[in-house]
Amino acid sequence: MVFSPVASGPNSLLEIRNLVVSFETANGLFKAVDGIDLNVESGEVLAIVGESGSGKSVSMLAVMGLLPDNAHISADILRFNGCDMLTMKAREKRALVGRDISMIFQEPITSLNPCFTVGYQVAEVLQVHLGLKGAALRRRVIELLEAVGIANSEARLGAYPHQMSGGQCQRIMIAQAIACNPKLLIADEPTTALDVTIQKQILDLLKDLQYRSNMGLIMITHDMGVVAETADRVIVQYMGRKMEEADIVSLFEKPQSTYTKALLAALPENVKGKRLPTIGDYFQETANVAAVSAE
Amino acid sequence: MTDISQQHISSAKLRAKALREFWYGFSRSNGAVIGLAIFLFFVAVALFAPLLAPYAYDVRFDKAVLQPPVWQSGGSWAFPLGTDAIGRDMLSRLIFGAQYSLFIGVVVAGLVFVFGVAIGVVSGFFGGKTDMAIMRLMDILLAFPALLLALLLVNIVGRGLSGAIMATIIAFLPYFVRLSRAAVQAEKSKDYVTAARLAGAGRLRLMFRTILPNCMASLIVQVTLAFSDAILSVSALGFLGMGATAPTPEWGTMLADARDFVTTDKWWIVTLPGLAILLLVLAVNLAGDGLRDAFDPKLKRS
Repeated sequence: MVFSPVASGPNSLLEIRNLVVSFETANGLFKAVDGIDLNVESGEVLAIVGESGSGKSVSMLAVMGLLPDNAHISADILRFNGCDMLTMKAREKRALVGRDISMIFQEPITSLNPCFTVGYQVAEVLQVHLGLKGAALRRRVIELLEAVGIANSEARLGAYPHQMSGGQCQRIMIAQAIACNPKLLIADEPTTALDVTIQKQILDLLKDLQYRSNMGLIMITHDMGVVAETADRVIVQYMGRKMEEADIVSLFEKPQSTYTKALLAALPENVKGKRLPTIGDYFQETANVAAVSAE
Repeated sequence: MTDISQQHISSAKLRAKALREFWYGFSRSNGAVIGLAIFLFFVAVALFAPLLAPYAYDVRFDKAVLQPPVWQSGGSWAFPLGTDAIGRDMLSRLIFGAQYSLFIGVVVAGLVFVFGVAIGVVSGFFGGKTDMAIMRLMDILLAFPALLLALLLVNIVGRGLSGAIMATIIAFLPYFVRLSRAAVQAEKSKDYVTAARLAGAGRLRLMFRTILPNCMASLIVQVTLAFSDAILSVSALGFLGMGATAPTPEWGTMLADARDFVTTDKWWIVTLPGLAILLLVLAVNLAGDGLRDAFDPKLKRS
């Protein structure tokens, strides 16, 4: 298998080596993530691409410690900003996650608590992690809402999530996520639930925020369009394994792995007038990862 | 939408706005408003009982035993609702009885809510063995009809009003535990809970601050039902002689004392306490319906 060399410098923000996540099921252990390596640096946008069930989200949730108890997580190296997250105590991890690493979810409307106003929900994060209070807190919340492009933000503080549109809710989610100036932001399919024009706005917003604060950004998606739009580097993942890692230009111009080729060939714009190819057209034994990995 | 964008947000105004929204949702149901009015009437009666009642609840008038209400022949304004078998004024007893019934309702509904929801939330949130143990215990409690269980328990904790209240609380517990557990299970896998965990919320905060408010709509309705059920159950225990004892003007006990008159023409002794129970329970149930309409975020208009 051909990998472009994994970037690993002293300034790497998140470093993962050989991450394995497995779940206990009735049929024994199921490996959702099988030996993923990745590396993100400050100011870099990394896209993780793969179809449903390829372990994109699970690997990130594992890093954050958000998986249920029946998940087994192991890794050779799991380091964030020089701190070893494997040996870190739960309390330290809780302080780190949410402040230095934060995450945006796929469904903006269900990701906000329906019982509280959006202003309160953004303020809560600032209170817990930065200890802001009173007028300073309020000012910072308004500032954040403005930064994510909520018009008339001062008046919107008292609105409930159900009074806002999906796009606005996603903006609030982003405001919440960047509230503590995180060093790394993980966006888990941030635009899947939104329509195309709003998608573009949200992606532009994320890129802009990332650029201005020099965050690392991991973009989890299955949309090649989103990848092309935002990423510096791409990891293609299939059935819990890394198929290919490449910078954005070479991925689209010279895909190395057969799976990536199959993925690109399945883009509707590349197959006008014909049946969309499936992975079965590329591999005889579709479910056999070994065959894919061995080529 | 527009009225929100023009509002300035301060906590006092926010509270006023929440209250306005609540009243808007509540007042859309006429039944709820009527229920609330009757309920408030009973509360006022209970609060000012010593002022309103013409006599003390345990004074006997030996010369006016079994006097009918004022509008029937033989009745007099001295005893507007008649007197009972030992010559006590019915009106005074009913007025003081409101204190007992409301007290019972508030105490039982309040305590069963606190304990039931606490146990249910823990059970739903942790799942696994904790959940298993709690739910099997609740299943055992549920295997008995509530009143039968209350009868059994009242014999264990002791007869009398406080015994009846405690027994009723335990008998009602499983309903709250099950309801809150189910609601928590439905909510806990939603993204906003993960987001709160991500933001660093601990278990207690997740359970009671993040998840619980989202389960409140159905729980509040259940509380109003428990309130009226509690009045009925404690009355029933009183009727069976396990609740409040003799001179106490608790409505159920009054009914029990009137048992001998069920087949006679002395209808007021039996009917009036029963009517009082019916009215209060009906009022609470109606108000409960309105509460659900006002609290359910899905029925909320923005």
